[in-house]
Amino acid sequence: MAEAIKVPTMAEYMAQGKKPEVLFWVGCSGSFDDRAKKITKAFVKLLHEAKVDFAVLGTEESCTGDPAKRAGNEFLFQMQAATNIEVLNGYEIKKVVTACPHCFNTLKNEYPALGGNYEVMHHTTFLKSLLEEGRLKVEGGKFKGKRITFHDPCYLGRANNVYEAPRDLLRKLEVELVEMRKCKSNGLCCGAGGGQMFKEPEPGNKDVNIERTEQAMEVKPEIIAAGCPFCNTMMTDGVKGKNQEGKIEVMDVAEMIANAHDL
Amino acid sequence: MGQSKMVKRPFSGFLHIIVYLGFIIINIEVLEILIDGIFGTHRILSFLGAGYNFLIATFEILALLVLLGVIIFWLRRNVTNIYRFLGNELKGWPKNDANYILYFEMVLMILFLTMNGADYQLQLNGADHYAQNAGIAGSFPISQFLLPWFEGFSNATLIIIERTAWWLHIVGILIFLNYLYYSKHLHILLAFPNVYLSKLTPQGEFDNLEAVTNEVKLMMDPDADPYAMPAEGAEDEVPEKFGASDVMDLNQVQLLNAYTCTECGRCTSECPANQTGKKLSPRKIMMDTRDRLEEVGNIINKKGSFEDDGKQLLDNYILREELWACTTCNACVEACPIGIDPLSIILDMRRYLVMEQSAAPSDLANAMTNIENNGAPWPYNQMDRLNWAKEN
Repeated sequence: MAEAIKVPTMAEYMAQGKKPEVLFWVGCSGSFDDRAKKITKAFVKLLHEAKVDFAVLGTEESCTGDPAKRAGNEFLFQMQAATNIEVLNGYEIKKVVTACPHCFNTLKNEYPALGGNYEVMHHTTFLKSLLEEGRLKVEGGKFKGKRITFHDPCYLGRANNVYEAPRDLLRKLEVELVEMRKCKSNGLCCGAGGGQMFKEPEPGNKDVNIERTEQAMEVKPEIIAAGCPFCNTMMTDGVKGKNQEGKIEVMDVAEMIANAHDL
Repeated sequence: MGQSKMVKRPFSGFLHIIVYLGFIIINIEVLEILIDGIFGTHRILSFLGAGYNFLIATFEILALLVLLGVIIFWLRRNVTNIYRFLGNELKGWPKNDANYILYFEMVLMILFLTMNGADYQLQLNGADHYAQNAGIAGSFPISQFLLPWFEGFSNATLIIIERTAWWLHIVGILIFLNYLYYSKHLHILLAFPNVYLSKLTPQGEFDNLEAVTNEVKLMMDPDADPYAMPAEGAEDEVPEKFGASDVMDLNQVQLLNAYTCTECGRCTSECPANQTGKKLSPRKIMMDTRDRLEEVGNIINKKGSFEDDGKQLLDNYILREELWACTTCNACVEACPIGIDPLSIILDMRRYLVMEQSAAPSDLANAMTNIENNGAPWPYNQMDRLNWAKEN
């Protein structure tokens, strides 16, 4: 696969006088983090596969301000929100999909009061709707029968009550879905939220991602499925920390679907 | 019954339902006890006949179940090693407080059953004032087993036992009601308004500070005059303080949360930071807030108004290390059966640290500088944001 994938931008759409069906909000991780970029590309491939008319903001996108807000920097958050809302409203965006639960939560819940009203979906919910509309087919392929556990991202699950969409997608892959002791509304955080991703943890006797990885290992999965770039990083580090590389993989749900399709 | 979140932990949740139902239902009997006491009647509600027998039998069974439940609670707290009852913040008064409540309830239930047993024996003996023409008033499925203890007691002795139990029971209840205000047990009253006032929006939605919104709007307004004179009378206005460093900066719901907390520790046992040995404990955040509020209240009571005592909630009670350990995962909020939100206090205190003191941990401060400069928490150029599409 040498050729670059086609990723139209809003600016290009605007120049052609067209509007896309949905804006794909890539997010900082999805744009810059080497691991998360793979998720971004996998999701874009699925969008193409389902013939979704989408665009990204590209260089006009900027951090939603989530880490700043949760670290206590309300000022920086609202500055980011104000500039992003200017851009989004300028393009008359109605529908947004993102592969990052932190962006999802902020855009969906915290932007409306500041003048940004959009229908915001997490990519797992969006993929599920494509499936239901018959635009995307999900088949087991190489994951059929594999033992998989889903790690609930806090900002998708508890924060917004999305528990079933990612699981429904995994079931479509005909995997053996096993639940951790702490799952859904009781799920344990990966340790990255609230700005922790960008700082050293406070003194303690263990890192949160190790604790969570141990919980995952209790159910002996071949793959830990995730729906968040931060969780993905934390769980990947956790698996390395427990010397389970090669035995347990950490994959985003979108990557798994794209892989099953050999995209 | 309003207990759905309690049974997320089935065993303690089930026991709590029993004690809760016992508390509510046995209170009907307290009404009769009070009327009898004031008017010198005996079992005034007994005209209800079979219905009355059913009620008394229900009270007795509940009293026994409450007694057993409370004993199990005591064992859980004092004998078994349950993580959430071992926290540092429970040492001293909070642990004693919890046990006093349990002792109170044990004694009250024993007195209630003793009173009924002696009363039943007196009715059987046909004693004046106790015996009724219509036969035995009440049904005593539990206290009947106390009768062998009373064998050979004269009516006079039985009356002393019954009256003593009656008086201790009612006085005990009245003392207990007054004790609530010094105790974590106040949740039996405040849980109701607290749940009513709890947050209904998605847990992930944090409030947007309006004062900040106004500042940002002003900053982005090309027509705003940077040299504008303040509006008439505006010189006297105190600029809005961002975030919270003391209880005065918290809102009423947050303060109600603090008084409502009954220190069960479900929040702390679900907290990822606490589970991995960090200092943060959401329960301690609530207890500290309440303790500081009490302290501020005492100063106001003594001096008429608040005077600076050189202390504040931040640093003197809640340490920065605790605040920075939070992942904002909402597990504590989800765990609380009565809708307490420790996270909102943590966030308000972080806001104070960052916006009033610029005191974020340096790594985090770097990430925020990056967001300001190049729109991402890492130092990547915003113009490179779409490079991933060209990479393979």
